[in-house]
Amino acid sequence: MMPLPRFALARPGSLEEAARLLSDAGAEGRVLAGGTDLLVNLKHGLAAPRLLVSIDRLPELRGVSVDDAGALVVGAAERLADIAAQVLVRARAPAIAGAAGLAAHPQARNMGTLGGNVCLDVRCRYVNRTPLWRGSLGGCLKAEGDVCHVVPGGKNCMAALSGDTVAPLVALDAKAHLVSASAERWVSIEALRGKDGRTPVALQPGELVRAVRIPAAPPNRRSAYLKWAVRHAVDFPLVAVALVVDAGADGAIESLRVVASVLGPKPRVVAGLDRFRGERITPQLASAVAEQVTRQCVPLPNVLYDPQHRRRRLGVMVRRQLDAWVG
Amino acid sequence: MSEGSDAQPISLTVNGEPVTVLATPSETLLEVLRYRLGLTGSKQGCDKGDCGACTVLVDGRPVLGCLTLATLCDGAEVRTVEGLSTAAGLHRVQAAFVRHGAAQCGFCTPGMLMSAVRFLETREQARAPTREEVAAALSGNLCRCTGYAKILDAVIDAAAELGTRSVPGSNDAEGAR
Repeated sequence: MMPLPRFALARPGSLEEAARLLSDAGAEGRVLAGGTDLLVNLKHGLAAPRLLVSIDRLPELRGVSVDDAGALVVGAAERLADIAAQVLVRARAPAIAGAAGLAAHPQARNMGTLGGNVCLDVRCRYVNRTPLWRGSLGGCLKAEGDVCHVVPGGKNCMAALSGDTVAPLVALDAKAHLVSASAERWVSIEALRGKDGRTPVALQPGELVRAVRIPAAPPNRRSAYLKWAVRHAVDFPLVAVALVVDAGADGAIESLRVVASVLGPKPRVVAGLDRFRGERITPQLASAVAEQVTRQCVPLPNVLYDPQHRRRRLGVMVRRQLDAWVG
Repeated sequence: MSEGSDAQPISLTVNGEPVTVLATPSETLLEVLRYRLGLTGSKQGCDKGDCGACTVLVDGRPVLGCLTLATLCDGAEVRTVEGLSTAAGLHRVQAAFVRHGAAQCGFCTPGMLMSAVRFLETREQARAPTREEVAAALSGNLCRCTGYAKILDAVIDAAAELGTRSVPGSNDAEGAR
C-alpha cells in the first residue's frame, strides 16, 4: 500500500476561480489534472502540496477546435485517449495523435490530459522510488540530497523528459496558453520545459496551462513520433524522437525538424539540419540525418537501459522513418 | 483511512446501487471501494498505476482506482468486478475465463475483466476482434502467471459468443451456462 499524504482538494467550476485558488496557495498549491503523474509522485514523497486544485470541471480547458489562422487548439484538460481518437487532431497533427496514443496504457490515457503530459515531471532511476530507496543513497539533487548519481559532480538535475507529446509539439512549433489570476501569456512548449530537472516546467506560481496551439500545417508535411521502450504499453519512453518534414510540390525538402527526448530535462532540437534543404528524401539522406542526430543526442544513465544502446536506437528510428518517406 | 475531520460524504452509483460514503480528499477510489464499502474484488497491486489490478469503470471508462481521488467521483457511476455476475450466473466474460483457465493466481483477473468488458461493450460488433485489438485493449493490465495466451483466448471467445447476438453484453449473464 502506498497511501497519499494529506492535502486539501478544491474542485472549481471556472477558470477564474481556479486561478484565484492557485494564486492564493502560491507554492503550496498544485494543479491536479489526470493524476497519473502527480499522485504517484505524492505517494513517493516527492512533493507535499497543501492544496490540489482539480481542473476536471473547467469548461475553459476543454475542446478541440481550429482557429481563424487554421491552427489547432486543444484544451489542456482533454484526455490523451480522446486526443488520440479525435478526427481533427488525427487529420491536422497526426504526430500528436500518435504520441497521445502511445503514452502509458489505456487506463492512464483515459485519465491523463494533454496539459498534464506537457507538464509531466522529469523522471530518473534515482528519483522515482520510495523515500527509503532514495534515502539509502543519501538522496540526490532533486530529492532530499545535494549530489547527482547520473552525472557525478553535476550541478543541474539531469532527470529525463518523459512526456510523449512534448517532442512532437516542439517539432510542430506549438505554444501553450498560460493563465493566472492576474495575467495570461503564450509560451513555446520548448521554452516551457526547464533545463534543470528541479524546475522542469517554467510555470510561475499560480499559473496553469489552458490550451495548446499547433500552427496550421503547410501542404506536403509529413510528421511522426517514434518511441522506444521495452514494452509496447505501460512504459515511459526510454528514448523518443519526433520528425517533421515540409517539402515542396517537387519533393524537395523546405524544412526538416528533429526533436529528441528522454536525454535530459529539455527536449533536444537537433541543430544544423538546414543543410538538407533542397534535397529529396533518399536512403543516403536518411543515413546522413540519422548520423547527425546520433552525434548530437547523448542519452545519460538516468533511466533504465544502456545509454549507448539508446543512442543507437535513436539513430535507427530516425533512419527507418526517413527511409519510409523516400520518394 | 482514519476518519479525519476532512472526510466528506460523496454519492456514487456502485454497480447500479446508489451509495453515500465518507471520503477524505486524499483517499483513492480504490481505498473507498475496498475499505469503506467492503468491495475487495478490485485489487491493490502496485498502488501506483503500473499494473492495472485496480481497474474499474468510472462513467463507462476503465481507469486506475489507485490514482483516482474518490472525491472527484462524486456523482459518478462506478462498475467493479462485483457487478459483473448476477443471480443467473457469471457474466459471459467471466465464464469464458473459467472455460479457458485464464485465471491462475487471480490477482490481475478483476482488472482484466473490467478492461475486457469495456472492450466488448464498445467494439465494432459487425466483425470478430483480432488478437491484436484484444491485446491492445488489455495492455494496461499486467499478468505475471498466465503469459496472456489464455486470457486473449477467453476474450476472443466471449466476443465470438456475443457476435452471435445483436445485443452488447452489458451485465448480461445469459451466455454463462
